[in-house]
Amino acid sequence: MAKKLVEIKNLKQYFGSPSNPIKAVDGISFDIYEGETLGLVGESGCGKSTTGRSIIRLYDITGGEVLFNGENVHDKKSGKDLKKFNREMQMIFQDPYASLNPRMTAGEIIAEGFVIHGLYKNKKERQEKITSLLEAVGLNKEHANRYAHEFSGGQRQRIGIARALSLDPSFIIADEPISALDVSIQAQVVNLLKQIQKDRGLTYLFIAHDLSMVKYISDRIAVMYSGKIVEVGPADDIYNSPVHPYTKSLLSAIPLPDPISETKRTRIPYTHEEQDETASFHSVNDKHFVYGKEKSFQKWMSNTSI
Amino acid sequence: MSETILKVKDLKINFKTYAGIVQAVRGVNFELNVGETLAIVGESGSGKSVTSNALMKLIPQPPGIYESGEIIFNGRDLIPLTDKEMTKIRGNDIAMIFQDPMTSLNPTMKVGRQITEVILKHKKVSRSDAKNRAIELLTQVGIPMPEKRYNQYPHEFSGGMRQRVVIAIALAADPKLLIADEPTTALDVTIQAQILELMKEIQKKSNTSIIFITHDLGVVANIADRVAVMYAGQIVEYGTVNEIFYNPKHPYTWGLLGSMPDLDNNSDELLRTIPGSPPDLIHPPKGDAFAARNEFAMAIDYEKEPPMFQVSETHFAKTWLLHPDAPEIPIPDAVARRIEGFLAKEDQVNG
Repeated sequence: MAKKLVEIKNLKQYFGSPSNPIKAVDGISFDIYEGETLGLVGESGCGKSTTGRSIIRLYDITGGEVLFNGENVHDKKSGKDLKKFNREMQMIFQDPYASLNPRMTAGEIIAEGFVIHGLYKNKKERQEKITSLLEAVGLNKEHANRYAHEFSGGQRQRIGIARALSLDPSFIIADEPISALDVSIQAQVVNLLKQIQKDRGLTYLFIAHDLSMVKYISDRIAVMYSGKIVEVGPADDIYNSPVHPYTKSLLSAIPLPDPISETKRTRIPYTHEEQDETASFHSVNDKHFVYGKEKSFQKWMSNTSI
Repeated sequence: MSETILKVKDLKINFKTYAGIVQAVRGVNFELNVGETLAIVGESGSGKSVTSNALMKLIPQPPGIYESGEIIFNGRDLIPLTDKEMTKIRGNDIAMIFQDPMTSLNPTMKVGRQITEVILKHKKVSRSDAKNRAIELLTQVGIPMPEKRYNQYPHEFSGGMRQRVVIAIALAADPKLLIADEPTTALDVTIQAQILELMKEIQKKSNTSIIFITHDLGVVANIADRVAVMYAGQIVEYGTVNEIFYNPKHPYTWGLLGSMPDLDNNSDELLRTIPGSPPDLIHPPKGDAFAARNEFAMAIDYEKEPPMFQVSETHFAKTWLLHPDAPEIPIPDAVARRIEGFLAKEDQVNG
């Protein structure tokens, strides 16, 4: 059994007034194993980005805990501990146009982490490290002196990836890293992410709404609906034998590049079934879990052919 | 044979910028029949949105220049028309659905008024008739409680519902041609599927012709009768939806099909990518614009622009690979395997 790198326990993230909060993330629990890619899918507003941002401490969480390598992420930390933690966990953002500082060159963006953490103080050494990072993401040395606006969308996302890699993290949260890119460029970036994972043994949390890409990149997938994880399991299980009606509905809506099957496709509409406090995770098999009331789960299972 | 509603001939559109003249659309030809859907696919910057805006004469001049070409709609060329004449056509004969429903609606105006505005402008009807028609339209696009929704503002609607309102506005004057510029890109898959169903239903009912612009090949397979693949301001492959998906001829189309993972994809193999990025259209490359990114490029690709080769009666592709003297290049394995997979699945279903 692989080691658990990240454990999320009953994570809650509420926004707005405490008397009438918006429950963006409403008590979710899952684990991310070392070296795997966990895909987190769901429609906009379901809380998937909030989950990613809460895990990496961009928000102060409302409840629950996040353990990284057994250590609580949201504990009070000294500056030194925080720095150590930040080196381990990094994020790639959705919009490569908004997430890079327009006043900094690519080299400065990548080296910012070195300045903060006091690494590679020797100028030559630092240049070398920047060059090797640029090369790792398919850019070259000359690009270090250019500003963000001089790059195309795909290249900018590569800089974002190089920046995330600069401190040799072990865990990367990629929040819709390809949705702002063109189809032909998406494939380039996804291939790059897979390559880097293989080379460096990284663990990914891959947040996206493009289900076919998620299926391609993920080992396991968690499906989120209105602040809760409704189904989690190996990618193939989720796609081939989904149990939760929401997952079924989501899968039935993906358009495929196959005109004949498209003419026959019928979308399965989803009607939300209210769950009460007895709802919990039920196991379909040892890796595939569905969230719901006992009664709902029995019903869903009887509607599923495995 | 059905009737042709729109014929675009050798359309060229340039933009004047400080850096030089950008040749955004470089000689586009296509036809559209009544009741048919044409999908235009391509990357950003391939000129697909400029083409569709040009059909509505929405290109600002300056900096835009209609360099040459004809847009023959219902037997009349739209290019020489004045703004005043165009106003009668816009919204009335040709209507447009934009990508982002958040920005294409007026936030300070009630939804109902935004619909009746179009009706009152183009039809000689009373206000109360216009209101009834607007409520009817809201019902048609699947908005529940249309009487109540009529008096609400856009911010009270969700993204999918807003796009339905935009469609209702586009349909208000019974257009003959509907241009949809990435109407589902900003929406979730489930909502996207609903909007596509709605558009097909409307087309069936009123025999509207649709031009659908998108970069999502799944959506194209779902909605299109005919497909035009655009690259660097030109149509590089044109054919029926089955021809494009099951018998693609242009290496760029292979690239697009290959770069999309399908659900049966083996995740151990890398996705096929199209290396590099699209060319700069201020100085379009000599020869075939796709040559630099084409692994099958031949010497002639860097010298001479290929003509449109005819593959079948309805299928055309702009690549030298179709020249009788060119070497036989088979479709790349990954793409071929996928097409076989789709067709095999089909055989299974049909027994």
